[in-house]
Amino acid sequence: MDKEALIPQLGVVKEIEEMTPDVKTFRIVGPDGNKLFDQIPGQCGMLSMPGVGEGMFSITSSPTERRYQEFSIKRCGHLTTWLHGMEEGQEICIRGPYGNGFPVDTDFKGKDMLFIAGGIGLAPVRSVINYCRAHRENYGKMDIVYGSRSKEDLCFIKEIQSEWVNTPNCDVWLTIDREEEGWDGHVGFVPNYVQELNFSTDKICVICGPPVMIHFTLQGLKKLGFTESQVYTTLEMRMKCGIGKCGRCNVGDKYVCKDGPVFRCDQLDLLPPEY
Amino acid sequence: MAVFKIPYADLGKLFAAVSASEKLYLPVDNKLGQANFEEWEEGKEMSKQLNTVRSAKDFFFPQIQPLVKFRREDKKVDIIDIREESEDFVIFGAKACDVRSFDVLDNVFLAEPVDTQYKTRREHATIVSLACNRPAETCFCGTFGIDAAKPAGDVESWIIGDDFYMEPVTDKGQAFIDKVKDVVAEGDQAAVDGQIEKIRTIMGKLPLADLKPVDNREKELEVFNSPKWDELSSHCLGCGACTFVCPTCQCFDIEDFNAGYGNVERFRCWDSCMYNEFTLMAAGTPRKTQKERFRQRFMHKLVYYPIKNDGMYSCVGCGRCLRKCPIQMNIVKVMKTLEEDA
Repeated sequence: MDKEALIPQLGVVKEIEEMTPDVKTFRIVGPDGNKLFDQIPGQCGMLSMPGVGEGMFSITSSPTERRYQEFSIKRCGHLTTWLHGMEEGQEICIRGPYGNGFPVDTDFKGKDMLFIAGGIGLAPVRSVINYCRAHRENYGKMDIVYGSRSKEDLCFIKEIQSEWVNTPNCDVWLTIDREEEGWDGHVGFVPNYVQELNFSTDKICVICGPPVMIHFTLQGLKKLGFTESQVYTTLEMRMKCGIGKCGRCNVGDKYVCKDGPVFRCDQLDLLPPEY
Repeated sequence: MAVFKIPYADLGKLFAAVSASEKLYLPVDNKLGQANFEEWEEGKEMSKQLNTVRSAKDFFFPQIQPLVKFRREDKKVDIIDIREESEDFVIFGAKACDVRSFDVLDNVFLAEPVDTQYKTRREHATIVSLACNRPAETCFCGTFGIDAAKPAGDVESWIIGDDFYMEPVTDKGQAFIDKVKDVVAEGDQAAVDGQIEKIRTIMGKLPLADLKPVDNREKELEVFNSPKWDELSSHCLGCGACTFVCPTCQCFDIEDFNAGYGNVERFRCWDSCMYNEFTLMAAGTPRKTQKERFRQRFMHKLVYYPIKNDGMYSCVGCGRCLRKCPIQMNIVKVMKTLEEDA
């Protein structure tokens, strides 16, 4: 019989890195030690542990990472708690890649890029950031605004401080919600910080974070003069199949797992607001 | 192609001839008088009721379907493909509405990536459809351009007087006739034409004969935002009965069964957009009340699905939801109420 999309392939957890008190990054390879599949920034993978559960997670590594796929996962439910308890060498089931991904080689090419992320929302955005960094010549100025509740909740802080800040023509703007000892950076919510930074509007904007952050950031961007057709985001919905059949991520005539998860904000305006 | 007939009283001979080489399923009344598809065996008679309680979607999209097995031991996981090519089988006596529902499901399960278990069952099934001599007041297949007098499938059949008439319309249908050629005789095309005419006359007199779907593909958000949904959904219990008897409802869940000692069976089972947990995530659900869930079901059937599938509706007018809803709410009332807006 032909290959069945709902039957997963085997992966191995090669490395686990603790990012924050409740976020871990898992590096996954095939049983032969090689990367499992190619993907586009913003695409997702369905991870499962038989008997525990299956869940859709954004692939946080860039396709330019040739060694493995990375998933940054926040511990918040049954499956994610189990995943956090895994040790290196654990075999795991994986399906994908799923979804459309960001138009990095078309609409984004040659443009100035503004990345805005809150908390674990950095996971999908990081795949685009690292893709743009790997193909630096194809993109203009990069601005990255990233915020979290506290200093210890900033994901990928080592990579940000050692690599992102040293990327040519790239500014990184970090913020945390409340003042904290040992933090001399910006304090305040992401939407307000974006307003303060008063970006020029000749950019493509990629935004991901908690729904309330996206909502207010989008309002702020509009005040600055951005139009919705410049802003891309990635949606989260409950998913089971990942291939546009099981019905639960259906929004209007779209299936978030297959037609999304990446949408331009003006495209979202045409859909029923049920996401 | 030619028309064949067999005395209705002799249908058992036809079933026996088919069953010699493949399984044949037909509507059979149970002890409570409810008709459902069962595998034929000597002594079983075809139900005379208009339609089965459950739809015929079970043949291709069963209520529970094993997907894959796993074995876990320490850090090791084995993935075991348990799929098997389907055997040939016959669905006998499916009505026009259910036959159309297979086309609706095809657009979902045969779209890329193809659902392999659905596909193998579809490929190995021969559908002998049966025209509806006495459609019910709850029937409205004609609304969606379905002809209960000429029900499609591989073989179309009619009960005319004391005889059972069959006309193969596909190669699979011809192969079916070849299998039963010793028990059937050539029939009279005029008798079939007359029966078709008779049924169409009855169809035209049904209470829902004038119900026409409104093409709202261009008005997705307008219909979504209609204030009518509040009232329409206000009594919905969220029981999901409509979704389970519906021949076109295809939402499913994927779950694992822990069989013990490291054995895990992953299966797919029917699910319902009418349920709260259907879209529930750690951070909440985008469809917070029964109104949103109710609206989703009907928007999907009448607007979203048609947008995706060239105007085809995800309803076949079988009327099962009209008969089963405990609060007498149904897609006909929804269509009529929304039409008042248009």
